[in-house]
Amino acid sequence: MRKNDKAPEQTPFAAFVDDETYAPAPETSPVSIKDEYGLFIDGEFCAPQSGKHFATTNPATEETIASVAEAGEADVDLAVQAARKAYDTTWSRLSGAERGKYLFRIARLLQERAREFAIIETMDGGKPIRESRDVDLPLVCAHFFHHAGWTDKLEYAFPNQSFAPHGVAAQIIPWNFPLLMAAWKIAPALACGNTVVLKPAETTPLTALKLAELFQDAGLPPGVVNIIPGAGETGRALVSHPDVDKIAFTGSTGVGKLIRRQVAPSGKPITLELGGKAAHIIFADAPIDQAVESIVNGIFFNQGHVCCAGSRLLVEESVEQIVIEKLKRRMETLIVGNPLDKNTDVGAINSRAQFERIQTLIDAGVAEGACLYQPQSQLPERGLFMAPTIFTGVAQSHRIVQDEIFGPVLTIQTFRTPEEAVAKANNTPYGLSAGVWTSKGSKIFSITTKLQAGVVWANTFNRFDPASPFGGYKESGIGREGGLHGLRAYLKVGG
Amino acid sequence: MSDRLPVLKTYKLYIGGKFPRTESGRYFPLRTKTGDLVANVSLASRKDLRQAVQAARAATGAWAKATPFLRGQILYRLSEMLEDRQEQIVRELTATGEVSTKTAQEEVRTGIDRIVYYAGWTDKFQQIAATVNPVSSPHFNFSVPEPIGVVGVVCPPAQGFLGLLSALLPVIAGGNTAVVIASGPSPLCAISLAEALATSDLPAGVVNMLTGDRSELLPHLKVHMDVNALSVWDSSTEEQCEVRSLDEDNLKRFVFSTSGAAAGPQPILAFQEIKTTWHPIGL
Repeated sequence: MRKNDKAPEQTPFAAFVDDETYAPAPETSPVSIKDEYGLFIDGEFCAPQSGKHFATTNPATEETIASVAEAGEADVDLAVQAARKAYDTTWSRLSGAERGKYLFRIARLLQERAREFAIIETMDGGKPIRESRDVDLPLVCAHFFHHAGWTDKLEYAFPNQSFAPHGVAAQIIPWNFPLLMAAWKIAPALACGNTVVLKPAETTPLTALKLAELFQDAGLPPGVVNIIPGAGETGRALVSHPDVDKIAFTGSTGVGKLIRRQVAPSGKPITLELGGKAAHIIFADAPIDQAVESIVNGIFFNQGHVCCAGSRLLVEESVEQIVIEKLKRRMETLIVGNPLDKNTDVGAINSRAQFERIQTLIDAGVAEGACLYQPQSQLPERGLFMAPTIFTGVAQSHRIVQDEIFGPVLTIQTFRTPEEAVAKANNTPYGLSAGVWTSKGSKIFSITTKLQAGVVWANTFNRFDPASPFGGYKESGIGREGGLHGLRAYLKVGG
Repeated sequence: MSDRLPVLKTYKLYIGGKFPRTESGRYFPLRTKTGDLVANVSLASRKDLRQAVQAARAATGAWAKATPFLRGQILYRLSEMLEDRQEQIVRELTATGEVSTKTAQEEVRTGIDRIVYYAGWTDKFQQIAATVNPVSSPHFNFSVPEPIGVVGVVCPPAQGFLGLLSALLPVIAGGNTAVVIASGPSPLCAISLAEALATSDLPAGVVNMLTGDRSELLPHLKVHMDVNALSVWDSSTEEQCEVRSLDEDNLKRFVFSTSGAAAGPQPILAFQEIKTTWHPIGL
């Protein structure tokens, strides 16, 4: 439905935004960041055999924060050896209850230092402090706490079945939720009795390295967790190391498929949490104002760098105009700016490479004839900032509807019948998440049973809990993380 | 030895978050084998028990609604509070000379670890007990456990600390509130445990601790109309028979347990109701 899409935009609240300025409210708690970080292997920080370091930068200023060691093939080997030794000599010999007490300690130490970690997360990755403080860190702590309790209860999760840890788990995590993804990987792996070699993303290694310092404070035995920053080459060396027993990857579908192909001949167990292109379906009988808040949260949360982001809005035709009007009005009030400012709603794009990729896809959207809208928000003069963006008048075949953009870009399509909504929602190779808004309960379950997605949010969006399994259908991944179902990824269950 | 005269502690009850003396004014002296006084322990009355039930009832809503994560946090906090009080609890367990220091130390350590164990259950037993039921009609049908309400907990006489925790923890981990009748032979650590509970952010009234005569209080607990379930530990056949035959009119659940019984989610699920919800699927 493109009838009014090309009309000049009226933004009744633009004047309001211009007049109203917010005093800066920067987060000022002190944090400790070293100039240089080594690799964390066998309980100690050490210089890399590779001799290489790379700079990690603050995307809001593009200034260097610290220099970080890059793990080469020899370093990967040392890390895997350390994890193997720790598995054989300490970790696999501990009772579940004692393993759990380490994880409880880690959870508590994280709670004590949550603010410091939140600030560093925001500096290194660009997400608003309000999100790192109120979403990432509480979830990180909860994830360790939840899994701490599983260590001595696994027999009840898999009754009448034999189970055992895999051994050494190789884990690769992305840059969008650096510490949260580390928690999602490390906590269940340790809870089930594995040891870990974890590679954080090259643009956001800092909080994982701070976590390593915290492991030292917790007295975690050396080698139980090893953290080796690096880019694709490091990851390739890690997943193809012969002494690794289990591979877990969170990242793009493209890289996930490469890893799968690389690992497949070995028959090693693998879990993948990959991309998504979630449909966010709004029926005419939905509570529209709440739904609009959810649309905003669904796509602009963490600058849209969210694999389960609600990036495709499907709105019932009869309420299209009102939803778009309210959405635009709401977008006018979003503050894009300094991620460390507590008023900021949308922070910095994580890296220049990602910034350019998003821009390329926005250009493709315009070139293919979709109608672009961005609010007249003031962007900071320097740093990697991007205005919240929506596209109307898009077709299912458009690149911006098919490709995961991983940025603050929403496409809006309409539908007339529930069947059409479901067909459009499922018409993608992805199947990670989806959202449904309607005030009719029976309709919720009718739609959720037809959606091909691993997580479906009904009258809410972007909810996470350590007890709730998360993961995708189809090309969005293999396996689940979280809760009882997530434990299976880190155990050999049989018999 | 210093010539300083030690300050002795008064052991009172724990009801609704406060530490009142028994309204009855009664006490029983706890003495060593040689007859020295250890402490005068409150001998709770029927009225104290009724007040405890009232406090427990008032606390049910908030505690049942507290997120499982928060309940776990609070129980874990309790283990932290007690880790530092180990010596005190050992002293209390060994005060009458019936239990050796070594045995008491072992009991206290096991007890603290048991708190950690149940802290971990608060957000997990539901996932093990809940079901989605494949009914043959277009309905989303699921069953989840819900706390039963106020539970009377009658502790085993032996192992005043570990026994009390083993009886109490599954009840409160599952979101119930409790009226506890502590061990007769070792009542002191029950009150110290109450002090730790009171400083662990556990809402007032979730646990109410009574010291006194089990055979006097148990019948009152059994017939109380606002108690939903009874957890009675290490009960003699005669006592069980008596409890079962007492008239009460609210179909109270009662569970008789023996110390050392298997752990796992079962002790929690014994004090849960199962709620099944039917929801239509359709446009």
